[in-house]
Amino acid sequence: MATDSTHLPGPAATSRSSALNNPQVRSIIAQVVLVVLLALFIWWIVGNTTDNLRRQNIASGFGFLDARAGFDVAQSLIPYGSNSLYRQAFLVGLLNTLLVAVTGIITASIIGFLVGVGRLSRNWLIRQICMVYVEVFRNIPPLLVIFFIYLGVLSALPGARDSLEVGIPLGIQTPFGLIGWDDTIGFNAWLNNRGFFIPRPVFNEGSWLILAGLIAGLVMSVLVYRWARARQMATGEQFPVLRTSILLILGLPLLAYFLAGMPVDVDVPVKGNFNLTGGVQVKPEFLSLYLALSLYTASFIAEIVRAGILGVSRGQTEAAYALGVRAGPTLRLIIIPQAMRIIIPPLTSQYLNLTKNSSLAVAIGYPDLVQIGQTAMNQSGQAIEVVAIWMVVYLTISLTTSVFMNWFNNRMSLVER
Amino acid sequence: MKNLVKLLVGAGVLAAASSVASAATLDDVKSRGTLRCGVNTGLAGFASPNNQGQWTGFDVDLCRAVAAAVLGDPDKVNYTPTNATERFTALQSGEIDLLARNTTWTLSRDTKLGFNFAGVNYYDGQGFMINAKNLEGITSALQLSGASVCVQGGTTTELNLADYFRANNMEYNPVVFQALEEVNAAYESGRCDVYTTDQSGLYSIRLQLAAPDDHVVLPEIISKEPLGPAVRQGDDQWLDIVKWTLNAMIIAEELGITQANVEEMANTSTNPEVRRILGKEEGSTLGADLGLPNDWVVNIIKGVGNYGEVFERNIGSGSPLKIARGLNALWSKGGIMYAPPIR
Repeated sequence: MATDSTHLPGPAATSRSSALNNPQVRSIIAQVVLVVLLALFIWWIVGNTTDNLRRQNIASGFGFLDARAGFDVAQSLIPYGSNSLYRQAFLVGLLNTLLVAVTGIITASIIGFLVGVGRLSRNWLIRQICMVYVEVFRNIPPLLVIFFIYLGVLSALPGARDSLEVGIPLGIQTPFGLIGWDDTIGFNAWLNNRGFFIPRPVFNEGSWLILAGLIAGLVMSVLVYRWARARQMATGEQFPVLRTSILLILGLPLLAYFLAGMPVDVDVPVKGNFNLTGGVQVKPEFLSLYLALSLYTASFIAEIVRAGILGVSRGQTEAAYALGVRAGPTLRLIIIPQAMRIIIPPLTSQYLNLTKNSSLAVAIGYPDLVQIGQTAMNQSGQAIEVVAIWMVVYLTISLTTSVFMNWFNNRMSLVER
Repeated sequence: MKNLVKLLVGAGVLAAASSVASAATLDDVKSRGTLRCGVNTGLAGFASPNNQGQWTGFDVDLCRAVAAAVLGDPDKVNYTPTNATERFTALQSGEIDLLARNTTWTLSRDTKLGFNFAGVNYYDGQGFMINAKNLEGITSALQLSGASVCVQGGTTTELNLADYFRANNMEYNPVVFQALEEVNAAYESGRCDVYTTDQSGLYSIRLQLAAPDDHVVLPEIISKEPLGPAVRQGDDQWLDIVKWTLNAMIIAEELGITQANVEEMANTSTNPEVRRILGKEEGSTLGADLGLPNDWVVNIIKGVGNYGEVFERNIGSGSPLKIARGLNALWSKGGIMYAPPIR
């Protein structure tokens, strides 16, 4: 005992009484015992599970991942068919989860930001509309929002034969008769209960020139931005960077398109035997999950943004006004950068929530990781392995998001100085 | 230290609670006094609650028959509604004693899932149903290339569908849900053109649609779907009980033993086969060898009737489904229902 205590720094080394009475020693012993017990517990659970599986003759192990899946999946970002392997089926599910999570996060951030700023607007109507939005979506479970959009909105659309064309109407039907023309400028986009159909561009030979134009436009925009900033620092003169960039990024590819002899065709959706064929079909399962998650999470983001802006003291705004800075630049250059420090940590949680809520896809048959996993679980009988895959994948996605957002947070707090 | 003791005690309790109750399912059922039976969440004719909240149907009657054989009372059943995804884990984990849920008997379910199928109570095949009003001119499944097909996930149906379209070089858009109710709703709302599942299921689902007459079942049958009750591996006695309950019902139909005349036949029949099956043979231990009372078949037939009666009452001529016996007629009447002898 005495020799033990000599290894310990601080009061323990000088103590003459039993080392067991030393709080530091005791806490270390307690922790070691706890860790050992925890390890034993896990070891026992794993052993118990494999034992019971073997006794009941239930197959176990991850070998099934290399077997033929045999089932088809409704929506896939990579080539997939019933001859593909379980491994590929899980990858399809993971990509579908990421697709809805990323698009949902972007849309929720935009809506949330606008609504959050809108709640602080001086305009009474905008303020009230934004408040109603937040209170409605924040207080409904996300599953109900998904069901509402899927069953209440998208299922109620007409069938494939009576698809609605999306376009600009040239006339309007009023109780007093038609005003304008009974015609529509269509975009060859259609809406029915099988989803949203839009034309798909087909890139023929020579299309690389358009991509090259786009890249050139992006590079030149960055250069213009740097040059304009340097000049403003030196002389105080401003330059319309935004307008120039838009012109460059849109104009150069357009120029390339004509120079290459218009190499892009459009694959337009047309009515087939059963449904519209051709073009891109955005399926109602994706659409409703994406919209529901975006709208639901946006209500929380709006509150976070509002809190962030209110968290910047009023004196900052007054000081900016006193220096003659206008309202727009004040918000953009002074309030928001400071508010971001308050906004980002809770925003991270909302992004993680959205990603995890995407597993509600299973209720409407969107083929995400959980839905495909359930099918795989049932076809292969490997329940424990599938659940383990789910847990590991969601943990990885969440931790990656956290790491990125923490990095972003650190960057923002440095900018402040 | 106190916390440590608590933890140890907790671990001990967990260890005690999780020791798996396998092996003697019969003893468990007897001591519990009820049979725990996994059935469909609601497939009219096969398993669905009636307007008094009681479960009825073809599969439900199999549960009732087993309960009658084991406990002497067909009402002593606890039903666990399971969807396609939950059904196997429910049986594996011991949550139910018997799965009677129009489940197809396949090799991998016997091996990988650790089940034993106790026979076939319905010979089925997979078919397609379309809304004929919307899709005029379609009379064959081979015309379905490009269609959206509603199917329940995790079923043999889903796999057969993929195989059939691949074999015939046709394309389709799968619309997959895990719960039967969701598939039905999607088909009804026009989300898909075609509904595919076992033909018996299609007839049952068609009845639940708003306008059943608009929908037709296409003639093609693309698979063999022998549906039967399943139990866990490793309990041969329990497997025997379920297997011979089903066989007894089929044999009772062969011999003309019905719910109405079973008591009378047991007391007055001189036919040695009838006397043996109904437990009236001198010194016979057929029932006891199964671990059941000697009058187990009398209890089954009194409780639910013979196979033919159960069929006609739930899905045949006495029901709204009006499914013909077809393959499910007795072997002596042009079908393939055939039970090994009880002796």
